[in-house]
Amino acid sequence: MTRIGVVTFPGSLDDRDAQRAVRLAGGEPVALWHGDWDLYGVDAVVLPGGFSYGDYLRCGAIARFAPVMQTVIEAATHGLPVLGICNGFQILCESHLLPGALTRNAHLLFRNRDQRLTVENVDTAWTSAYRPGQQIVVPVKNGEGCYVAAPDVLDRLEGEGRVVFRYADGNPNGSARDIAGITNERGNVVGLMPHPEHAVEDLTGPSTDGLAFFTSVLGALTSA
Amino acid sequence: MIDTVQHAGQDPDRPQPYAELGLKSEEYHRIRDILGRRPTSSELAMYSVMWSEHCSYKSSKVHLRQFGDLPRSEVLLVGIGENAGVVDVGQGYAVTFKIESHNHPSYVEPYQGAATGVGGIVRDILTMGARPIAVMDPLRFGPADAPDTQRVLPGVVAGIGGYGNCLGLPNIGGEVVFDDGYLGNPLVNALCVGVMRHDDIRLARATGRGNLVVLFGARTGGDGIGGVSVLASETFEAGGPAKRPSVQVGDPFTEKVLIECCLEIFAADLVVGIQDLGGAGLSCATTELASAGSGGMHVWLDRVPLRDPSLAPEEILMSESQERMCAVVAPADVDSFLAVCGKWDITATVIGEVTETGRLTIDWHGERIVDVPPRTVAHEGPVYERPYERPLDLDDLRADDPARLPRPSSGEELRALLLRMVGSPNLCDKTWVTEQYDRYVQGNTVLAQPEDAGVLRIDEATGLGVAVATDGNGRFTCLDPYAGAQLALAEACRNVAATGARPLAVTNCLNFGSPEDPAVMWQFAEAVRGLADGCRTLGLPVTGGNVSFYNQTGDTAINPTPIIGVLGVIDDVWRRTPMASIPDAQLVLLGETREEFGGSEWAWAEHHHLGGRPPAVDLDAERALCAVLVAARERGLVTAAHDVSDGGLAQTLVESCLRGEVGASVTLPGDPFVALFAESAGRAVVTVTADRLPDLLGLCAAHGVPASALGVATAAPTFEVVGQFAVPLAELRTAWTATLPALFGGG
Amino acid sequence: MTRVIVDVMLKPEILDPQGNAILGALPRLGFEGISVVRQGKHFELEVDAPVDEAAMRQLADTLLANTVIEDFTVRVVE
Repeated sequence: MTRIGVVTFPGSLDDRDAQRAVRLAGGEPVALWHGDWDLYGVDAVVLPGGFSYGDYLRCGAIARFAPVMQTVIEAATHGLPVLGICNGFQILCESHLLPGALTRNAHLLFRNRDQRLTVENVDTAWTSAYRPGQQIVVPVKNGEGCYVAAPDVLDRLEGEGRVVFRYADGNPNGSARDIAGITNERGNVVGLMPHPEHAVEDLTGPSTDGLAFFTSVLGALTSA
Repeated sequence: MIDTVQHAGQDPDRPQPYAELGLKSEEYHRIRDILGRRPTSSELAMYSVMWSEHCSYKSSKVHLRQFGDLPRSEVLLVGIGENAGVVDVGQGYAVTFKIESHNHPSYVEPYQGAATGVGGIVRDILTMGARPIAVMDPLRFGPADAPDTQRVLPGVVAGIGGYGNCLGLPNIGGEVVFDDGYLGNPLVNALCVGVMRHDDIRLARATGRGNLVVLFGARTGGDGIGGVSVLASETFEAGGPAKRPSVQVGDPFTEKVLIECCLEIFAADLVVGIQDLGGAGLSCATTELASAGSGGMHVWLDRVPLRDPSLAPEEILMSESQERMCAVVAPADVDSFLAVCGKWDITATVIGEVTETGRLTIDWHGERIVDVPPRTVAHEGPVYERPYERPLDLDDLRADDPARLPRPSSGEELRALLLRMVGSPNLCDKTWVTEQYDRYVQGNTVLAQPEDAGVLRIDEATGLGVAVATDGNGRFTCLDPYAGAQLALAEACRNVAATGARPLAVTNCLNFGSPEDPAVMWQFAEAVRGLADGCRTLGLPVTGGNVSFYNQTGDTAINPTPIIGVLGVIDDVWRRTPMASIPDAQLVLLGETREEFGGSEWAWAEHHHLGGRPPAVDLDAERALCAVLVAARERGLVTAAHDVSDGGLAQTLVESCLRGEVGASVTLPGDPFVALFAESAGRAVVTVTADRLPDLLGLCAAHGVPASALGVATAAPTFEVVGQFAVPLAELRTAWTATLPALFGGG
Repeated sequence: MTRVIVDVMLKPEILDPQGNAILGALPRLGFEGISVVRQGKHFELEVDAPVDEAAMRQLADTLLANTVIEDFTVRVVE
């Protein structure tokens, strides 16, 4: 069975939900500890949502230097699929695995909403199970989710098709160009503010649209 | 110069500032009698804080006894007296839940007051051995457009969200109510729910001579020194300078890490007893732990890790620094305990040991500064029998019947009234508030606001779940405290049953004015009596709760506001009953409507009127209605249910329509104004497909619950009262959703 | 011991909603004539003498500031 690591930092919150999502998609979740250099041979890594280190200094600024992150960064440059959700996206940007940064929501409020998204890139390890242009509904919940980057960086992301998700039906946090999630050049590292792990069961989520993240990577890994 | 026990024996007549610390003369002299000498300044600090109203419940104890006298319930695993009550929900699971207030600090510093209120109740739940799984927050503010509400509300909401979200606890319900009386006295009540296996229950006992007392969590600083006795036991002077005692500042990250650390410690069975540090900090934790158990404890106070090295021993004892816990650990387990704390980077220090002396002794750098019998501090505080007297103006208030108020007569006037009502601050959409809370974290939230109750999944394999609702109507309680408390209890039960869960247990947060005012004390006594009688009739145990007195500015008390929380259990959350109707289903009103407008939202919103009698209470009818709602779910008879309360049937129908974006066409019997806006209790609206309707009616008949067909839900997005008016859902939605963003800032 | 002060500000082109909120509140409090408010962070470090300024800049660049969106200044207080 494909093994997907989910990292727990002090203050991570959605780690167990990410593990559940992996399990529901048919994978084996592996709990990874921030202080441990070892990835135990997992096939992919998820950096979950939460408030690692209380968002002290800046969101993800301290988590980025955790021992596990040294190994993840190294592995990512060699093609390991890495998914950063919310705080995980912030950590990926602080680590410079992804460009740009996440800042305080433009309206200054924490906002939890069921958000419509358009899937724009289905070539990444995490989105291959979606159709191009597909609209999905996934919860967003953040206070520091406003994506910013220099204009030339934004142009490059757009030009290279590296915007993976875009907010549709309203922008919940003021992100530039309604960008909700992006990928690196290689397509193995994806970061997004919305929470697919909260959209995996009809019982508890607004949809099951989030499940495809995890089935995508399982599909990508088993066919690799 | 440290004031030691030895000094206290040597200069017995030294004047002591007991009055400034909030003690009455007779209370001070009683302490002298207990100790056989004058107290040291540390002892005086401890007694003053622990004997304050907030900690000792001295004005409420004699009345709260009625809860302890209720018949023993077989579902109650831990009752009143511990940090939180625990109930058996089946399948080997135990659920603990409790509600507490943090009212005065939230007026002084809204963000931190509300944040630390959440922090405090979560620690109470954690201390029982449970993983906290959800929070809820019933809130009361002054008028929505008052300048001070602009200051207080956004801060409170941001504080609750800021702290609860960072802890990873979904916020699944609560209320926001505006009323003049809360202007200088906002109410911030915080509820927390936790779950564990039966074997995991922990208690606050210091047992076993030689066991060690470990203080862990945040370092101790000067937070909230005197906060408890100064803030919660005194009212604010109207127009006077703002009291600015040090308010506690919370760090939710530390508490999140503390939660994970504690759960690992519990799983490894490393503690004999555990207590959290809340109001009165170390004074409370040490005396309570020592009181329950082997009877004695010795503490080396200088070992307490400090954030501020300049703190005097009295200040350390009174400090209310947040995110601290106190555990009793066997010597053989201490290394393992400290190792778990080290893994989570939590400061942990052995500060004492359990003895069998029957005394709590505290040393400061080798000198004895405290030597007291702990029970006298923690449990044998003053008990007052405050005089109470029915308010002299109550008869006039009740005679002022809202029946005389002008009311709409034409369909057009009703339509206009409906739009004003749904947009009024108490009835309007609260998304501006609830969007600031995370409802998804932990992945087990089945229903959350605006549904009738918060519903959580407990077991992924079996679908076992719980439902929680909080309710409390200050206007009803003002008109008749006995009935008002029962109406709140009934409403919370109804809300739980509406989701298909069976009500199981009760918690309560009693928010009142000054107990030194005989009229307020009468309201309190009546409300407690009403709640106790109500619980007895409905067969529900009271698991614990909280009393908040002194919610008044000068002579003006708030409306007496008992907030009742009810926990229910549901065996299969996948089949819970949501609120939104579906097209073409039948809409059926359960219960009876009477011309009852006393204390109603209509009287208040339209005429600023409070008078008459609250709706009649019929607890047998309420029990029958709950039984029908639960049985209907079990048998799959209804597709949706929504209770009727504030704003009457009109509000219920509009909310159900907007929830699912499904219209309705109803025909109302008799006076349409009464049918739409009366607030008779014991009612709910259910949505039934035509084929199940006969079975539902049969079920109602079997339980003696009146049922009347109202009409149908429609795909066409219009709310129509046949023969009176029709309103497009879009127009209703605009009126309903515009109010709070207009007042507090759109985003 | 020498004190080192690091001040971190958002780059001018980055939206500062907190600064804007503060700016908006000023007229209500009776303060006129203020056209811009930007909010930043001020760090004070006590460092063993002698201070390696390059190391301090490295510290600021790596941890105290996110140079994607923030600028910083380092000042050694004599």
